[in-house]
Amino acid sequence: MSEIKKIKNLKEFSTSADRFEGANLLCPGCAHSIIVREVLNATNDDLVISASTGCLEVCTAVYPYTSWDASWIHIGFENSSTAVAGAEAMYKALKRKGRLMQPERTPKFVAFGGDGATYDIGFQWLSGCFERGHDMMYVTLDNEVYANTGGQRSSATPIGSSTTTTPAGRVSYGEKKNKKDMLAIMAAHGSPYVAQVAPNKWKDMIKKIQTGFQTEGPVFINAMSACTTEWKFAPEDTIDISDLATDSLVFPLYEIIDGKEWNITYRPKNIIPVRDYLGAQGRFKHLFKKENEYLIEEWQKRIDSNWEYLQRREESRV
Amino acid sequence: MADKMDLLEVEVWDGNMAASQAFRQVQIDVVAAYPITPSTPVVENYAGFLADGYVDGEYVMVESEHAAMSGCVGASAAGGRVATATSSQGFALMTEVLYQASGMRLPIVLEVVNRALAAPLNVNGDHSDMYLGRDSGWIQLDTFSPQEAYDLTLMAFKIGEDHNVRLPVMVHQDGFICSHTAQGVKTIDDDVAYNFVGEFQPFNAMLDFEKPASYGVQTEEDWHFEHKARQHNDLMTKVFPQIQSVFDGFEKLTGRKYRIVEEYDMEDADVAIVAMGTSVESVRIIANELREKGVKAGVVGIRVLRPFPLTELAKVFSGVKAIATLDRSSPNGTVGMLFNEISGVLINTNDNPIMNNYIYGLGGRDLTMDHIRSIYDDLIVNAEAGALQQPLQQFIGLRGPKLSFY
Repeated sequence: MSEIKKIKNLKEFSTSADRFEGANLLCPGCAHSIIVREVLNATNDDLVISASTGCLEVCTAVYPYTSWDASWIHIGFENSSTAVAGAEAMYKALKRKGRLMQPERTPKFVAFGGDGATYDIGFQWLSGCFERGHDMMYVTLDNEVYANTGGQRSSATPIGSSTTTTPAGRVSYGEKKNKKDMLAIMAAHGSPYVAQVAPNKWKDMIKKIQTGFQTEGPVFINAMSACTTEWKFAPEDTIDISDLATDSLVFPLYEIIDGKEWNITYRPKNIIPVRDYLGAQGRFKHLFKKENEYLIEEWQKRIDSNWEYLQRREESRV
Repeated sequence: MADKMDLLEVEVWDGNMAASQAFRQVQIDVVAAYPITPSTPVVENYAGFLADGYVDGEYVMVESEHAAMSGCVGASAAGGRVATATSSQGFALMTEVLYQASGMRLPIVLEVVNRALAAPLNVNGDHSDMYLGRDSGWIQLDTFSPQEAYDLTLMAFKIGEDHNVRLPVMVHQDGFICSHTAQGVKTIDDDVAYNFVGEFQPFNAMLDFEKPASYGVQTEEDWHFEHKARQHNDLMTKVFPQIQSVFDGFEKLTGRKYRIVEEYDMEDADVAIVAMGTSVESVRIIANELREKGVKAGVVGIRVLRPFPLTELAKVFSGVKAIATLDRSSPNGTVGMLFNEISGVLINTNDNPIMNNYIYGLGGRDLTMDHIRSIYDDLIVNAEAGALQQPLQQFIGLRGPKLSFY
C-alpha cells in the first residue's frame, strides 16, 4: 500500500502537478474538470484511467491532442467500468508472472462515467465489476442529465427538471420521476466504500477519494457535477450553485462503509431552503409558476425526509 | 508458475478442447469470457486448467459478451496476451466492441465457434456470425477440423501480436460439427508450442507508466478517414506476409502445411466448389470420387476470410470453367457473400467461368454427400454448355418445394 498524499491547504493542492491538463474543451464553468483534478491530485500513485463516452471523453481526447498525462482509455458509453477492470486484471496477471515493466509502482485504477453511463446504459457493466470485486474506483460525474448530447433526461434527472426529452410545457412540469438511489444500490453490491462528494467541499472530497484509494476492492464515488449548460446558470456560479446544493441537502455528503456503516460527513451550519437551490437554475424555472408551486413544497418534504432517513441510518449502524 | 501438461502425441479432442489447449499453451495473461453454446466448453475447459494449476493468468467471468470483449480491450491495452471465445448471439452482442478492438489495434484472439443467429433461435452451426464480423477490421481465419482449430488458434497469437500487424484475430470453427466432434489431434509439447508463439511483447502499454498512452480517442472528419485507411492498409499489406511467415514456421516445426488459399486438385480443374468450415473436407471426398471417374474436379477452401486473398484466389481459379460458391448463411435478399467475393476475384481476369451459388446448412442442417454430388453435376453441365443451365442461386437440403432465385 502506498503512502497517502499529504495535502495541507488549497493553494498547495491547486498547484500540485497536473495529470489532467487545463487544455481541454469542457464548457467554462464545468464542474467535471474540477472533480477530475481533485481525484487525480489526491494521489501521487500512477493511474490507469477510463472514461465512458460523454462530455469528459469528447472534450479531453480529440486527436491529435490529449489532456491526460496518465494512462487513459475510452471504449464506449457503457463500459468504462469494465475497461478499467480489464486493465486491473492484466496488472494482477503480470504482477503474478513477474512481467510488470515497473514492478515498484502501485497504480490505481479509476473509471469515470457520467450519470447516463452509470445510472442507465452502463449499469450492468458496473454491477458486474462490483460483484466481481475488482480493485478499482468508479467515479460518477453526476450532472443529472445527458449533457453531451444536448440535455436529455437520465434516470438521475430529478423531478420537475426540464430536459429536452422531458421538457416543461403547457401541460407538463418536466421530468416526472425521481432520481435513482445509486449509492444504496452500489452499497448493496457489497462495495467496501461508497460515498457522495461535491467539488466545492474539497477537503471532504479529498478525504473520501484518499479513503477510496486506500480501500481494496471496488469503490463507488458519486460526484455532484453542476452543469452550467443544462442546469442553466452562469459559468462563474458553479461553486455557488454547488454550495446551494450541499447546504440545502439536495446533495447530502455521506459515506457508506461495507454497506452498513453510514456516516454523514458534512452538516451545514445553516440549512438553506430547497427553494433557493431550485430558484438559482433555469432548469427549474417553471416550478415557480403558480400552478407548479406545490412541487417545490414536495421537493422540500422529500429532501427533509431523505435527511431524516440518512441520520437514522447513521445512528442505527445497520 | 503454471504446471506443464503431459500430452500424448495424438490426443482425442473436439474442436473446443483443441482451442482450449491452444489457449493454455500460449499462457494467456487475461481471459475475460461469457459462456454461450456451442463455444461454452472452450471457457469451461480453460477454467478447469486454471483450477488444476495449468494456467496462471487472470480469468474474469464477466456478465455478458459485451463485457467480455470490453474487458479484453482494457486488458489488451494494458499490455498483455488476451483471448476469449464466443458464438452467435454472444458474438452479435460484442459486435460494438469488436470495432473498438481493431480500431485500437489490439491483438486479441477470439475463438468463434460458428452458430446461427436468431430469430428463430437455433443453437447449431452455420456461418451467420462469421459473416457478421467480416467488416469489423479483424483478421478472420477459418478452420475445417479440430486439428486445424488447434493449430490455427496457436498461430493466431503469433499473427496478430506481431508489431507490424497489431490486429485482433478471429479463429472460426463450425459449431458442433467441429466443436463437439472428437478426432485425433496431433499435439505439440507445451514448451515447444509456447516458444513457437513467443512471449508477448507489449506495445504502447497502459501499464508502462513512463510513457502514458491515450486509447480510444476521438477523430472527426479531419482524421477519422486517415485512421481507417491506415488500418485497412495494414490489413492489406502487413497481414499476408506475416500469415505466410507463421505458416512456414509452423510447417517447419510440425510438418503440417497451411496455405492462405487452401486449394485442392485445382491445377487442372474444370469444375470447382468454394466452401468454408467443415464442408471443405466433405467436398474434397466427393472431388476425389469424381477424379476417379475422370472428372477434373477441384475444391477451394477459404482459410483467410479477412483480409481477403483476392489476387491469390484469381490465380487458383485460372482456367476453371464452372464454379459453385457454397454459403452457409442466409443472404437475406441477395446472393451469398462468397458468390459476391469470388465474382470480385474473377471480374478483371481473362477467365470467364460460369458461376452459381448454393445456400445450405442453415441452423445446422446437414450437407450430405449426395448434395455435393448434385452440385458437381450442375457444374459439369454448366462447364459443357458454357452457360448457366440452372438458376443462379439454389437452396439445397431445404424441405418442401425447390427454392431458387435469379
